[in-house]
Amino acid sequence: MSAQPQSRDTAARRWRGGYAVLYLAFLYVPILVLPVFSFNDSIFVSFPLKEFTTKWYAQLAGQPALFDALANSLKVAIFSAVFSTLLGIFAAKAMTRYRFPLQRPAFALVMLPLVIPEIILGLSLLIMVNRIGLSLSLYTVSIGHVLLCVPFAVAVLLSRFEGFDRSLEEASLDLGESAWMTFWRVTFPIVFPGIVSSLLLTFTISFDEFIIAFFLTGSETTLPVHIWSQLRFPQRLPSVLALGTLLLVASTLLIILAEWLRRRGIQPDKQPDM
Amino acid sequence: MANSDAFIDIRAVSKRFGSVTAVDGVDLAIRQGEFFSLLGASGCGKTTLLRMIAGFEMPTEGDILIDGQVMTDVPANRRPTNMVFQNYAIFPHLTVRDNIAYGLRKDGLPRADLDRKVDAALEMIKLSGYGARRSTELSGGQRQRVALARALIKRPKVLLLDEPLGALDKKLRETMQLELRQIQDEIGITFVFVTHDQEEALTMSCRVAVMAQGRVMQVATPRELYETPNSRAVASFIGTMNFFEATTKGIEGERLLLDAQGLGGIAAPVPGWQVNGKAVVAIRPEKLQLSLDRPQGEVSAAQGTILNSTYLGDRSHFHVRLDGVEAPIAVSAQNVERSMRDDLDDGTPVWLSWRDTAMVVLPG
Amino acid sequence: MTDHANTVSPAAGSFGRLRLAVTRSEALRGLTLMSPTLFVVVAAMAVPLMLMVAYSFWSQSYVTLDTSFTLKNYTDVVTRDIYHILFLRSVTISGIVTLVTVLLAYPMAYFVAFDVKKNKLLWLILLTLPFWTSYLLRVFSWKVILGYNGVINSGLMSMGVIAEPLQFLLYNPFSVIVTLAHAWAAFAILPIYVSLEKIDRTLLEAATDLGDGPVRRFFRITLPLSMPGVIAASLLIFIPTVGDYVTPSLVGGTGGVMIANIIQAQFSRANNWPLGSALAISTMLAVTAIACLSIWLAKRGTAAIR
Ligand SMILES: Nc1ncnc2c1ncn2[C@@H]1O[C@H](COP(=O)(O)OP(=O)(O)OP(=O)(O)O)[C@@H](O)[C@H]1O
Ligand SMILES: [Mg+2]
Repeated sequence: MSAQPQSRDTAARRWRGGYAVLYLAFLYVPILVLPVFSFNDSIFVSFPLKEFTTKWYAQLAGQPALFDALANSLKVAIFSAVFSTLLGIFAAKAMTRYRFPLQRPAFALVMLPLVIPEIILGLSLLIMVNRIGLSLSLYTVSIGHVLLCVPFAVAVLLSRFEGFDRSLEEASLDLGESAWMTFWRVTFPIVFPGIVSSLLLTFTISFDEFIIAFFLTGSETTLPVHIWSQLRFPQRLPSVLALGTLLLVASTLLIILAEWLRRRGIQPDKQPDM
Repeated sequence: MANSDAFIDIRAVSKRFGSVTAVDGVDLAIRQGEFFSLLGASGCGKTTLLRMIAGFEMPTEGDILIDGQVMTDVPANRRPTNMVFQNYAIFPHLTVRDNIAYGLRKDGLPRADLDRKVDAALEMIKLSGYGARRSTELSGGQRQRVALARALIKRPKVLLLDEPLGALDKKLRETMQLELRQIQDEIGITFVFVTHDQEEALTMSCRVAVMAQGRVMQVATPRELYETPNSRAVASFIGTMNFFEATTKGIEGERLLLDAQGLGGIAAPVPGWQVNGKAVVAIRPEKLQLSLDRPQGEVSAAQGTILNSTYLGDRSHFHVRLDGVEAPIAVSAQNVERSMRDDLDDGTPVWLSWRDTAMVVLPG
Repeated sequence: MTDHANTVSPAAGSFGRLRLAVTRSEALRGLTLMSPTLFVVVAAMAVPLMLMVAYSFWSQSYVTLDTSFTLKNYTDVVTRDIYHILFLRSVTISGIVTLVTVLLAYPMAYFVAFDVKKNKLLWLILLTLPFWTSYLLRVFSWKVILGYNGVINSGLMSMGVIAEPLQFLLYNPFSVIVTLAHAWAAFAILPIYVSLEKIDRTLLEAATDLGDGPVRRFFRITLPLSMPGVIAASLLIFIPTVGDYVTPSLVGGTGGVMIANIIQAQFSRANNWPLGSALAISTMLAVTAIACLSIWLAKRGTAAIR
């Protein structure tokens, strides 16, 4: 009697395995279009493939505007990642370590940007910047990005801080350390993997963000805004593909680096987050 | 009220969490070098009291003094106390060695001195070869000992232990009880030990405070607690106790005359008792004797029937029904004679007898 | 008994007392710690949103902003058919995208949570890696794939399967849905995976022990317990996609224009910020209402299964 459900179970598992492979293909095939056609010697992205070429990559080197945009994006992304992770640490610690009145509404407010369409966040910021009389710049983009990144940072860090045993901090205080040193010697090392995850996630979100940046960017543009402007010109298409390929490689390397960093840190729980 | 010999002086301390009163007007004077236990059922406020001594909770009312100093405004990291946490709180990202050395960073010792100190501590807890281990790779007993060494290496004036043996199995717990006692004897610092295990409290402590619902019911040596509990609550919490409702009748010299349900008219040697009506007479099971015939001599006696019996090897437990007493009476008898046969079957009529000194009279 | 209540030295004064109050009170410390984050969110979101609400009650003629109160923008939003059509289309497309993405992602998340034993992390990285690449480029690559002379058409034609390029691939709601379902996959997989992973496996054993087969067990235990993940995933996809204008602009054509494109136009070409604000606020409110309603329905639904 027990044999039949057993085999039905394995059959179901096989189906799911097959489905998983198909799903991965659905995820990856559109992305692999970028590298494949970036080496194709034709300005049209279509089959059949022509000669192999690296000229589109060479063409990238001759675009100073691209490098400016890349530098701008890096600046904005690093600022947003560091700042939103810092704010995330504060909020996650306040949420897990303390009880205070209006805690839940305050938390909901902090997480709210997650469920407001980006276009509305961007436009309302544009209105405010306009009212105050600020000029649009990388700073205004950064403000928007910090706002967008904070809920992600909080979500990632919260799962770390929640698994964190409060008596560890008390033990440190008990052994004579100050609150600040306790943070550096106990809290920080233990939640370090979470901080890396948060920095990485927020960096990527900001580096990649287009909608808010589109409204809040001034004369200096970020990389996605630059790419957007290039998409209108068909003859620029192959070099956009080349650029996309480079970004793909860079972000893959970044993930591997982050994973390596994270494995060096200890994990209080076995569950991988993110 | 000031206790000249109090090393830890807890004065009228209360702690409320919102509407919950966790600790309710506690006064305690703990002496220097004492092994002092806080004993009580779950939720009675032991941990809260201990955390107030350590500085993790602030009293809502009252003050705590350690070695004559008011602790109210001294933060946890400046108090002369160290704690062994219930779950040990071993830092997972540090090795055993770094865990033990954690609290010494501030002292700025030369490397060699620090190593020597840690080595000595490792030796004391019999984990000499384990210094380089990740602390996540330790067994429960080993973690407990690392937590102990980490706290003791700071040479605190007071060591606080919150149910440190609760997570260990019975055998290991007994070994650790012994080791803790030995360590305390050797270094002679004050231990405040929280437990809900009465046997543990009785075997290890110099004195025990019995707590219930945030209040201290009695502070006494283990022997005093067992032999002369001061209330029905303490008497029933420590060991087994038979209770007999009674009314006081008068005083005859040094003795109090009572009329107890099931026991009849008795005289108990309790000087200074007010003759004011209600009282409870309490007798421990092992202080009652069972016999088939009415006993002779200087003892009181009452007649009942055996309800059931349990053979435990070295001794046997009986439940006896007495007329006029609702709860069965527990009796414990040493099995002095070697015997293969139970001559006290259920339903056998028997006599219970006891000496006058076996009785404790408690407020009704 | 000495007077030990007076332990704050008088020199410390009111500042010392204040510091003491802060360090002593849990609530104050928690609030202090939370305040920088709260400040940023209030200053960069709450205040701007209130300004936007204010704008939506103002009006604009050419370049001058008239700050007298008017409901005209809202009457426009309510009465003009074009906004209804666009709004309905946006909600429908986003709804379908959400449904499709969650349905596609659920078995995937289930597979990783329950079937993968050894290399869970590797699978998770594989599944999220595409999400780390540029959103714009991911959308763009679909345009390249589905285009008239794109990868699919040229591929099929060079293989001789079709003689003429297929027209229906690009510039319609279908292409928008496919693209969005791909772009937001990670947002569906991760929350569902986390909630599946959290399920105590002994619960499933208990259900089997009490006589449930695999299918009944799934609907009575697994699905209800993973509902928080499904709801989170749906919100994380539905709300941002309603406001997306990149995808419609790139792959939507005229038939795929969504409400966000119109809002964006009010802030750029049409230069009517008040009307744009009114559109944005109404969209946000409507989307919130729809989201709340669907959460409520989903909860009712799972409660009914039991
Ligand atoms: N931080 C807190 N907030 C609210 N109530 C609390 C808090 N800490 C303790 N309490 C309450 O105070 C009472 C005493 O708790 P405490 O932890 O001191 O008990 P305990 O004697 O140590 O119990 P146990 O033996 O179970 O550890 C309990 O009713 C508990 O619910
Ligand atoms: Mg406790």
